[in-house]
Formats: sequence, C-alpha cells, structure tokens
Amino acid sequence: MTGVPHFQEELDQLKARLLEMGGLAEDRVRSAVKALVDRDLALVEQVIGGDAPINQFHIEIDSRCVKLLALHQPMAVDLRVILSAVKINTDLERVGDLAVNVAEAALRYLEHPPVKELIDIPRMADIAHGMLRDALDAFVRRDTLLAQQVLDADDALDALKTQVFRELLTYMLQDPHTIEPSLDLILVSRHLERIGDHATNIAEDVIFMVSARDVRHHAH
Amino acid sequence: MSSLATALQARPEPPAVDAAGRPCKIAVKDLTFHYGAKQALENISIDIPANLVTAFIGPSGCGKSTFLRTLNRMNDIIAGTRVSGSVQIDGKDIYTGGVDVVGLRRRVGMVFQKSNPFPKSIFENIAYGVRLNGLAKSRADLHGRVEESLKQAAIWDEVKDRLQESALALSGGQQQRLCIARALAVKPDVLLMDEPASALDPIATQRIEELIYQLKATFTIVIVTHNMQQAARVSDLTAFFWLGRLVEVGPTDKIFTNPAEKLTEDYVTGRFG
Repeated sequence: MTGVPHFQEELDQLKARLLEMGGLAEDRVRSAVKALVDRDLALVEQVIGGDAPINQFHIEIDSRCVKLLALHQPMAVDLRVILSAVKINTDLERVGDLAVNVAEAALRYLEHPPVKELIDIPRMADIAHGMLRDALDAFVRRDTLLAQQVLDADDALDALKTQVFRELLTYMLQDPHTIEPSLDLILVSRHLERIGDHATNIAEDVIFMVSARDVRHHAH
Repeated sequence: MSSLATALQARPEPPAVDAAGRPCKIAVKDLTFHYGAKQALENISIDIPANLVTAFIGPSGCGKSTFLRTLNRMNDIIAGTRVSGSVQIDGKDIYTGGVDVVGLRRRVGMVFQKSNPFPKSIFENIAYGVRLNGLAKSRADLHGRVEESLKQAAIWDEVKDRLQESALALSGGQQQRLCIARALAVKPDVLLMDEPASALDPIATQRIEELIYQLKATFTIVIVTHNMQQAARVSDLTAFFWLGRLVEVGPTDKIFTNPAEKLTEDYVTGRFG
C-alpha cells in the first residue's frame, strides 16, 4: 500500500533533496574549472575546503531512502525511483569528490607559469557540466530521450581527453619544465572525463527508473 | 535459545525522552494482568506520547489486545480478571478507587476490528453518544457535532445526503469510519484501535491509515495490528510484545531498520510469528 499521500510527499521531498545535491555538485565542478582557468587561488582553496555540504547530502539521502523502503514497502515505479535515488546519490557524491580533485590539481598547476592557453579543458568542462545538468533534468522530467542524449555525449568527452593528452605530450617533450604542470592538466582532463562517466551512470539509472530497462554495459 | 532467554529477562526501559519530545499522555508502570489463574501480561512499563501514533505489534496471543484494553479498563467487564501496577493518564492512575469508568471510556475511545454501528440511522449513530453525555446545547449544536465528527472521520461527503438512512447499509470501510466518527463525537483525548482495518479491503484500509495519520494532530492514537507493514506505514512509535512481555519499544523507523533486540528483528523479518 503506497498510495497514501504522506508517502507521496516524502518521495517528492527525496527527489527535491537529490536535485539540490545535484545543483551543488554542478556548481562545485564549475567553480573548480573556473578557478583553474582564471588562475584564482582563493576560489581553488574554497572548492578544496567546501566538500562537507555534499557529504551531508550523501548521508541524508541514503537515510531517507532506507526509511522509505523500510516503512512503506514501495512497489513498481516507486521502488525503482528509490533504488535509482540511492545510486544517483553515490554518483553525485563522487562528482563532488572529483571537483575537489580538479581543484587540488589546479592548486599544484598554479604554482607554475601557464603551459598554454586552456581551450580543450574548458570545452571538456562544458560538456561534462552539460551532461550532468541534462542527466538531472532527465531525472526530474522522467525523460528517457534526454537521458539517451547524455549517453551519446560521452564519446565527445573521451575524444577531447585523448586530444588533451596528445597535445600536452608535445609540450612535455619540448620542455621538461612543463612536465609537472602538464601532468596536472592531464589529471584534470581525466577527472572531467570521470565526471562525464558519472553523468552517464545517472542517465542509465533514469532510463531504468522510467522504463525498467537496464541499459548498462551495452554499447550506447 | 540464549537470545530468547536474554529477551525474556531484559526489561526494556521506556524511552527516556518521548518521541520528538512530546509530553507523555499515558504512563504505564509494572502492569501485570491475569485472566483468572492465567497470566496474560507481565510487568509492562511504557510511556505513550501525546499526539502521536503508537503501534502494538506481536504474534497472536502475545497480549497486545489485552494490554490495549487495560488502557480504558475494558477488561473490567470480563469476570475474573486481575490487574496490578498503574496506568496513568495525564498523571492520574485510572485504576485507583473512585475513577468514573464510563467517563474514562468516553475520554479514551475505542474502535474494534469488526465495526459495530448501532442498528440506527447514520445520524443517530453519532448523535446518540453526544446526547447521552449531554454534550450538545441545542439541536443546531447537535447537528453541528454530528457533521464535525463525520468530517473528522473523512466520511461526511459520502453520507451527508443520506444521514437518515440505516448505518447498516454502508460498506464495511464506511461502517468502520462511522464507528471512528462515533468515538470522536464525544471528544476523546485518546483513540484506541484494535486491528481497525483487518476486516477491510486494501483501498478501505488505505483510507483508514490515511485518516489515522491525519487524526494524530488532534488525538493520541494507539493501534494494535497484526500487520507489521501497517505499523510501519502509520505509526511513530512501535512496541513489540511477545508472550505477555514488552520486548522492545522505540521509534518506528528504528524498529524496522535496526531494532535493538534480536527477538524483535526475528519478528519483523518474518522469521517467526
């Protein structure tokens, strides 16, 4: 029996909190990359030190999900929503961690003069950020088509990561002084690619939630 | 067996602070109950908070319905029963001499598993108790009270155009809501519900559960149910009874996610009972 209105309210609250967490994760990624591009040390420190709110969400959302499952025995779509929420929660927390990782790499990078004008990394950040935002929109709107678009965008991100590596390799070969900062840029590109992966995980969870199809581990 | 023995010996403390810091409405201390020579309840102590739903769960024959009936002295009408210990409602022991038992049962109303409307009209079912207790000052007041109670029990819309029809013509779920309205009409503080939905279909059950959720804002509710999922959905505090003892009492979400006693966990996971 899950039609009772107060269960519905609690389910809506769960979704709202998850979206808030998603918004926070998006902001953190944005800030970390901005700090890198603008060479803004203060912003870098802020991102590194500001992980607590996302971690609190992480705990709160799992706790809400456990309670909903134990107390309301949800079925069908309600069950899938809650299971998806548990998983999306994990992905969002990892995105928060990755934002910190980007900021930490930025901190090290800013100790050196810039290797080059950053073009591909901001492009990767835009794509990753867009994927995350679309995945969360797909969750709210229960939009499997939008979720599929997120899955399709992953290839572009992977291609840019490879491009970043190849380009920085040429700089490193030319001048050993650029090796340390170049490695940090390569790390940033990897972190951004991982953020894209988490967005695709969320998109897969949305497709499962809406249509009960498990599309993981298939070629998209 | 050792966990059983431990559970039998352990006497759980009632919650030191009531759920959400609510005041205690009913304080039971060391309640023991016998049907003649047979002991049905042993040393029950529990604090029931005001304006919350407390559920009693446990296997058949564990004493939960017997215990519920001690809270408004309904067991008095059974010959040969003995009670010791105290049941304090708003700080006053209801088992001391000189207590007005009829008044007690008005304040602490009861709804039963099998709904039992009077063989009268819908209107009369509600009006009867109001009149008997002298609670209406005028005819208009009486009508007002009847309407208010039927609205509180979420049945007004279904019966407002047929108040003079027989209550027995209503469906099972409607009759049960009528009985709830009847109990509410005499302005109780506490509503005791003994398996209120077990004779009803799932949709009617859902309506009763949602009604209980709304009523707790105004009343203190104690519900006995053999359906654990119902206790999980509807209650704030859950007390688990077994063989006449109170094994564990705590916030419902704790009881159903991480109970302290192994016996409780075995019951809620369906390993016995």
